[in-house]
Amino acid sequence: MKRAFPIFAVLTAGLLTYGLYGALIQAPTEQTMGDVQRIFYYHVPSAWTAFCLFFVNLAASIVYLVWRNPKADALALASAEVGVVFCTVVLVTGPIWARPVWGIWWTWDLRLTLTLVLWLIYVSYLMLRRFSSSGQTPMMAAVLAVLGALDVPLVYFSIWFFRTQHPQPVIGGGGSIDPRMLHVLLMNWLAFMCFATLVCWSRYRLEILRRQVEETQALESLLAAGSSR
Amino acid sequence: MTYLFAAYVATWVIHIAYLGHLARSYARLKREIDELKRNR
Repeated sequence: MKRAFPIFAVLTAGLLTYGLYGALIQAPTEQTMGDVQRIFYYHVPSAWTAFCLFFVNLAASIVYLVWRNPKADALALASAEVGVVFCTVVLVTGPIWARPVWGIWWTWDLRLTLTLVLWLIYVSYLMLRRFSSSGQTPMMAAVLAVLGALDVPLVYFSIWFFRTQHPQPVIGGGGSIDPRMLHVLLMNWLAFMCFATLVCWSRYRLEILRRQVEETQALESLLAAGSSR
Repeated sequence: MTYLFAAYVATWVIHIAYLGHLARSYARLKREIDELKRNR
């Protein structure tokens, strides 16, 4: 991965640029909403990417709970953190789209509320990891991650099974989308997935390195205490 | 158009802020590693 990283980074930058070009220029203008609909090309792929990252967090947490693998724990932390960043993008771009289209920034609609709850669950997860000094923290965090992941399908399917103010799904939910719009949407999702992989990998490496440094510092302190006696 | 611009700018501000946080964490860790090497 170390050697492939710069190549992958350049490829990702190219995809993000192409995705931006597609969203702003290539995709046709939607008839009722106009240009503001183009927010959709960042909002929806960000949501899908966040869901994928929370799924990685769930899988890594289960691996940690079963095998107590510290690398799985580091991956769980990295994916949750990057997932929260993408979920923040969803919660910020959604109201910016809603203001001109609905006339309001926010409503306590089921989809919106569940997304906010999802964000709060993973922020709690990160706060638990950041501020708890107990040796059981990784295990407690893994349990929270497994329970928190239950909200992901609730968020995703809330617009399928309940009548909500949020627009209906454009793929697989009976809705239709212009093929050019679909192409731009999927290109942006691919670009965001590549970007998320890069950032998640960097955060994972940072976490592994941080733990190694902490172990070495603890060892040095022990050695120093032992030699001073 | 203002809302579209605001949404795209907000997206990249959030991502760049997080990348900045990661870069600062890397720099801090590097300093700690250098300090450990010096103390040996």
